[in-house]
Amino acid sequence: MLRIRNLSASIDGKPILRGLNLDVRTGEVHAIMGPNGSGKSTFAQVLAGRDIYKVVSDELTFNGRDVLGMTPEIRAREGIFLAFQYPVEIPGVSNLYFLRAAVNAVRSHHGLPELDAVDFMSQAREQAKSLGIDDAMLKRSLNEGFSGGEKKRNEILQLKLLEPRLAILDESDSGLDIDALRVVADGINAMRSPDRAIIVVTHYQRLLNYVVPDHVHVLLGGLIVRSGGKDLAMELEEKGYGWLDERSECKPDRAQPSSEVAS
Amino acid sequence: MSKDPKTMNVLTQEYPYGFVTEIEEDSVPAGLSEDIIGAISAKKNEPDWMLEWRLRAYRQWLTMKEPTWANVHYPAIDYQGVRYYSAPKQRNNGPKTLDEVDPELLRTYEKLGIPLQERELLAGVAVDAVFDSVSVATTFREKLEQLGIYFCSFSEAVQKYPDLVKKYLGSVVPYSDNFFATLNSAVFSDGSFAYIPKGVRCPLELSTYFRINARETGQFERTLIIADEGSYVSYLEGCTAPMRDRNQLHAAVVELIALDNAEIRYATVQNWYPGDKEGRGGIYNFVTKRGKCQGVNSKISWTQVETGSAITWKYPGCILIGENSTGAFYSVAVTNNYQQADTGTKMIHIGKNTKSTIVSKGISAGHGQNSYRGMVKVLKNAENARNYSQCDSLLIGDKCGAHTFPYLEVKNSTARVEHEASISKIGDDQIFYCQQRGLSAEDAVSTIINGFCKQVLQELPMEFAVEARKLLGVSLEGSVG
Repeated sequence: MLRIRNLSASIDGKPILRGLNLDVRTGEVHAIMGPNGSGKSTFAQVLAGRDIYKVVSDELTFNGRDVLGMTPEIRAREGIFLAFQYPVEIPGVSNLYFLRAAVNAVRSHHGLPELDAVDFMSQAREQAKSLGIDDAMLKRSLNEGFSGGEKKRNEILQLKLLEPRLAILDESDSGLDIDALRVVADGINAMRSPDRAIIVVTHYQRLLNYVVPDHVHVLLGGLIVRSGGKDLAMELEEKGYGWLDERSECKPDRAQPSSEVAS
Repeated sequence: MSKDPKTMNVLTQEYPYGFVTEIEEDSVPAGLSEDIIGAISAKKNEPDWMLEWRLRAYRQWLTMKEPTWANVHYPAIDYQGVRYYSAPKQRNNGPKTLDEVDPELLRTYEKLGIPLQERELLAGVAVDAVFDSVSVATTFREKLEQLGIYFCSFSEAVQKYPDLVKKYLGSVVPYSDNFFATLNSAVFSDGSFAYIPKGVRCPLELSTYFRINARETGQFERTLIIADEGSYVSYLEGCTAPMRDRNQLHAAVVELIALDNAEIRYATVQNWYPGDKEGRGGIYNFVTKRGKCQGVNSKISWTQVETGSAITWKYPGCILIGENSTGAFYSVAVTNNYQQADTGTKMIHIGKNTKSTIVSKGISAGHGQNSYRGMVKVLKNAENARNYSQCDSLLIGDKCGAHTFPYLEVKNSTARVEHEASISKIGDDQIFYCQQRGLSAEDAVSTIINGFCKQVLQELPMEFAVEARKLLGVSLEGSVG
């Protein structure tokens, strides 16, 4: 579904991603782990089309189609979804209104009729309930005055309503207490499907206790320095990132085969 | 952020109302003198007291200087080069029914989407359409008359309800008020008049649609609305003007009077021709609007969406005299390309327990300059006066400007006055967030702008709010993208 070869990205001339390779197949859940500043969020933003980065790649395709040529909204409508680490506030725009606009933008891209306010409301309510989001929160301005946990849950609500093909979750667990973490994790798990791939970007192994990945990759200095199964996450939790010394950066290709073998 | 190619594309839509109607016009020569004023008055067959009032204003005006304190810049206006009266020629003393109205005129209104036909009753709008200087048709008048509501052109009111006009004309905005209001008092051509009798709740939204058509004709409307005790009225004013390369002058005066327990809601969507992308042409809009909450518990609210005009100079205000009276001002002002707006309000608290609310939203794009200028004055006897002011500015691009000039004058220690101001830019991160959810950059911007203006738009009647939203989108097209 997603094929990445030699992906590099820089901002203001400063390289952040330096030749990254990755393959993600439908039905898989991948975890991207790494310390602060390793390029995890950049990776997520680049996939979604944030244009503040200069991006070069031998190949970046989604279902065989070139991604770099697509605007962010086309990527979104084609089914690439990013749950933001820091969802922005948009004052005065009701959460519900925004959700419906988003869902209808995707629907009309696929030639489906738009949902009217009533139909949408009942769908949204049902999904919102499972995430502990009440009507009041649906009616509030988008992310405005939301607590950190509310913002994260709201991102998961969007994920559920938009039903993307590829979901990229950027630190969806950060700042959550244990109950909220469970709610978010349940939301993500409910979206696991043979038709969908999920990339979980996270700092800690904590979330992966709940959302068990098929593959774990370690991002360090803009490269995937190691890939493995879910046990790799445990190992990282135990040893930290220090043991993956700088030398492993020189062997980006190590990452590739293991993820291919595992799939 | 204007450097970002993705955020640089929403202000290019052409002004869609720039057509000119070919109609024989009945007008006076350009220039201003006592003779011209006499001629205007004579054309309208006005009584002597009206002419005298105009002449008093004119003599006052000759002693006045054009104000220069506003944060707007324009070449000197040649007041002798303006034609002060222009009316479509009529077959004989004015149309009695819509059938008698020039079909060309009706087509113009149709293009503007004004509901002039009786069938539009369903839309709940009664229109007093002012075409250049003369009110062409007034609909629903009969229905309103049954309730004792007078809704007609100002000229007609002078003939039919002289006592009301005499009593209230100039009682809120005196003829000597300011340069532009005084000019208006001398030469005003027509406008709307409404009187709501005691205890009557006006069942329709009253509406006036102004349109400047003739070349180089200044338009000087005069509107007077009186809400008698315990009555209620909601009034809508919409404006468009055809495209011209020359600048045109517009100096209107609106006076509102609310007696005991009465409420007036006055809404404006102003979409005069703003000039082209290089700043050529466009309307100079110098308007004096003021409401007087004369009675106890009376309420007046001004809601405005200002997207047009090359220059806007406008401060709809409230004089809060009656105890417990309430004034409100909700405003969205957009300046794009080379538009300039200096707009805000004046809230004068005179009576006890008077309250006022000010919500101003300024949006600047292109080279637009947007100034909020607001005065809150609490006089000595205004015990427990309350004011809340909020003024927010939104910038699109890096060549535009937003300015805030609040003036507070409080002479009573029990008063409470709050002022909040904010200035923000549409963030690339906000646009990206919306795009990541499937919205185009244009939709993202219009969503963000509508959110920014929500507090004001929700004060508008439903149909008007829809129109205003569209207008905001059109006005800002090309500024971001």
